[in-house]
Amino acid sequence: MLILSRKINEKLQIGDQITITIIEVKGDQVKLGIEAPSDVKVFRRELYDAIQEQNKLAAASGGIQLPSIDIAHKK
Amino acid sequence: MLTIQTKTMGEIAIDERQVITFPAGLIGFEDFTRYALLDAPQKPYFYLQSLQTPDLNFILLDPFLFRPDYTIDAPDEYTTQLGIKTPEDALVLVLVTVPPGGGAVTANLMGPLLISRTTRLGVQLVLADPRWSVKHDILAELARVKKE
Repeated sequence: MLILSRKINEKLQIGDQITITIIEVKGDQVKLGIEAPSDVKVFRRELYDAIQEQNKLAAASGGIQLPSIDIAHKK
Repeated sequence: MLTIQTKTMGEIAIDERQVITFPAGLIGFEDFTRYALLDAPQKPYFYLQSLQTPDLNFILLDPFLFRPDYTIDAPDEYTTQLGIKTPEDALVLVLVTVPPGGGAVTANLMGPLLISRTTRLGVQLVLADPRWSVKHDILAELARVKKE
């Protein structure tokens, strides 16, 4: 892993099109500004991890009675 | 018509229009990109059956059936990539988890599937909205809808 030290308002350039700016540092929290092309997905890693874990559990499901849903509820 | 192998229903024939491609796969299942969208034996559930391996099958549900207030904020680049031009073209389904040891059957509203009905391309979104978690108890949500 490449580890770099940066100060507030300094930037990191990743490739041609991705720029990360250090906006604010407060205690153990860092605020980052991210500029990236629209086809580059940027999200908090823990959301991605949670979905990945849940997908694995979902793939291991099956074979049992599912909750019955009265379709009349649909508006 | 295509003949496919399924995890729980054996060999079945499907229409080519039931084939959905997820160019980036599902999160954690990036290598599996081609699926068939099938009616599950129990309505109104669906199966998303991998066409690459019969062992991989997801149970899907229309989230609006138990969360009428569900909204997804799909960035334009996704709708463009999928070729979704109108809201009617967008099909939103969520993955259902049945815990192996029993317990509440849940749905993942944080990582919904967005599918174009016309191009039959799909993507799994990552929603940052704090209202949506990866485990919504379906029966509890239904009970809440009934009360309202």
